[in-house]
Amino acid sequence: MRYAKPNTPGSKVQYRTRYDNFIGGEYVRPKLERYFENISPVNGKPFCEVARSSAEDVERALDAAHGAKVAWGKTSVADRSAALLKIADAMEANLEMLAVSETWDNGKPVRETLAADLPLAIDHFRYFAGCLRAEEGSMAELDANTVSYHLKEPLGVVGQIIPWNFPLLMAAWKLAPALAAGNCVVLKPAEQTPATIMLFAELAGKILPPGVLNVVNGFGIEAGKPLASNRRISKVAFTGETTTGRLIMQYASENLIPVTLELGGKSPNIFFADVLAQDDDFRQKALEGFGMFALNQGEVCTCPSRALVDKKIYGQFLELAVMRAAASKPGDPLDTDTRVGAQASNDQLEKILSYIDIGKQEGARVRMGGERVNLGGDLAGGYYVAPTVFEGHNKMRVFQEEIFGPVVSVASFDGFDDAIAQANDTLYGLGAGVWTRDFHTAFRAGRAIQAGRVWTNCYHLYPAHAAFGGYKQSGIGRETHKMMLDHYQQTKNLLVSYDPKPMGFF
Amino acid sequence: MPETQDPVPATEAALALVRRLAAVHGPLMFHLSGGCCDGSAPMCFAAGEFKLGERDVKLGEVDGHGFWIGGEQWARWSHTSITLDVVPGRGASFSLEIPEGVRFVIRSAVCARP
Repeated sequence: MRYAKPNTPGSKVQYRTRYDNFIGGEYVRPKLERYFENISPVNGKPFCEVARSSAEDVERALDAAHGAKVAWGKTSVADRSAALLKIADAMEANLEMLAVSETWDNGKPVRETLAADLPLAIDHFRYFAGCLRAEEGSMAELDANTVSYHLKEPLGVVGQIIPWNFPLLMAAWKLAPALAAGNCVVLKPAEQTPATIMLFAELAGKILPPGVLNVVNGFGIEAGKPLASNRRISKVAFTGETTTGRLIMQYASENLIPVTLELGGKSPNIFFADVLAQDDDFRQKALEGFGMFALNQGEVCTCPSRALVDKKIYGQFLELAVMRAAASKPGDPLDTDTRVGAQASNDQLEKILSYIDIGKQEGARVRMGGERVNLGGDLAGGYYVAPTVFEGHNKMRVFQEEIFGPVVSVASFDGFDDAIAQANDTLYGLGAGVWTRDFHTAFRAGRAIQAGRVWTNCYHLYPAHAAFGGYKQSGIGRETHKMMLDHYQQTKNLLVSYDPKPMGFF
Repeated sequence: MPETQDPVPATEAALALVRRLAAVHGPLMFHLSGGCCDGSAPMCFAAGEFKLGERDVKLGEVDGHGFWIGGEQWARWSHTSITLDVVPGRGASFSLEIPEGVRFVIRSAVCARP
């Protein structure tokens, strides 16, 4: 089926013409009264205006957050958990609306927002609602009269800067643990994709006390910097690229506050020879795993963008894999049959095309795709790229840099050690894939790859309760797991003497 | 490793944008990013905004404004030449041109290995 375009009769989504900031539980106009146009990558046309905020708006949001932080921090875990569960319920009740909006704002196929982005985001709030109820501090008896208590306390007010590839899901990954831990949040969505987060804020704003969640829209230099460098935040969380990651750390160092960063990768996807040993379900599963480079148009930090294939099966494997991957073609993102949608913005499209160009110049062979796609009609202005398969070697730039498009670069390896050496020959270490029928090989490879997540005989699963984060230049911290609560909490140690006698030091 | 004042090639459109930004923000600097989302693209800041490290490599200058890349990333780029260009588009990041609705991008060409 095909969903009606937002803002047309019968659509699940009717946007406001203009979105202000969400501060203290209400919409607040930006101080300078400036707005920017929000463009849908589906057709390249604007569909709403969004606040172009400045430092004054960030300060106003921080005022609201600081005004709410004491009461929210002291709200019982039962009540905070209940609020997260209600947010999840409200999202579930509006699942189609939010999914269609996310497709319109980001360009990703609605098949994916319905099946992945929204269900995962909803579950994330439920997961942290549960973690919170089960969390406890610790106590140690140091001697007969001395006891050490460890209690968790919220940090207070935190800043969060959200990427555009999974706008609502990445917001959920950051908001759920921060709110669960008792913090108030000032969140800045990416400037390409603010719309669905504003729809979410309306829903969550009816559940959370005013000031607990504040959303400030705008550009990085005008709104992101005043937030990330602000002395009134106690922590900053960012997902994006390495230069901005360093800048965020630099600002945080001026305030001596912690950061968590997720900065992407160049994930190897390793196929050992035994994947083709039988013509069975597992063979198809491995071929499916190869084709997942096109999931979310390749705009995933863990895109399996380097396929490393055992040279014993290289020719046959690639033939089968390309045949299977060829079924994924760009189409109307609002059609539930479409697997590949639009790239999120025109500059992203241009960057991808520049990488396809340098790949060809370096001598990589195009086995599939390699060009922009014009879908014509209403979608003629949209940003579509054909899923592309390059063959080459690991020193080429298309093997070394995150293209953030539906592009995979394929090389062969000669034996286990060569596979691991190539897999680890990268600046990054976020995700990796290992495919084999031999569990000894699977375990050895999984431990040898320097990456935070090694999918073993699967790929692109993002369940709550499996830690996600990077080695090397891919970042700091682990999301999607209860350990993220620690990144949003202080540890208070009460060191208590129950001995009435003098200590005897002086 | 180069440490040079040589010009980094830039298209006419990119040079015009650099001059407009410099007129507003004063001296500029560029740092080529890596990684996710808006990575593998040049970031433009007011000069001194981004703290350079010991391993950052200066590739040259664009209209007198310094252009750097992380040293480890340079090791993987050094067999290609770069040209600064600009395209329409709503990029994210703290780069100074974003509010104008345009984004700096890099065009690359293969050059001989030194």
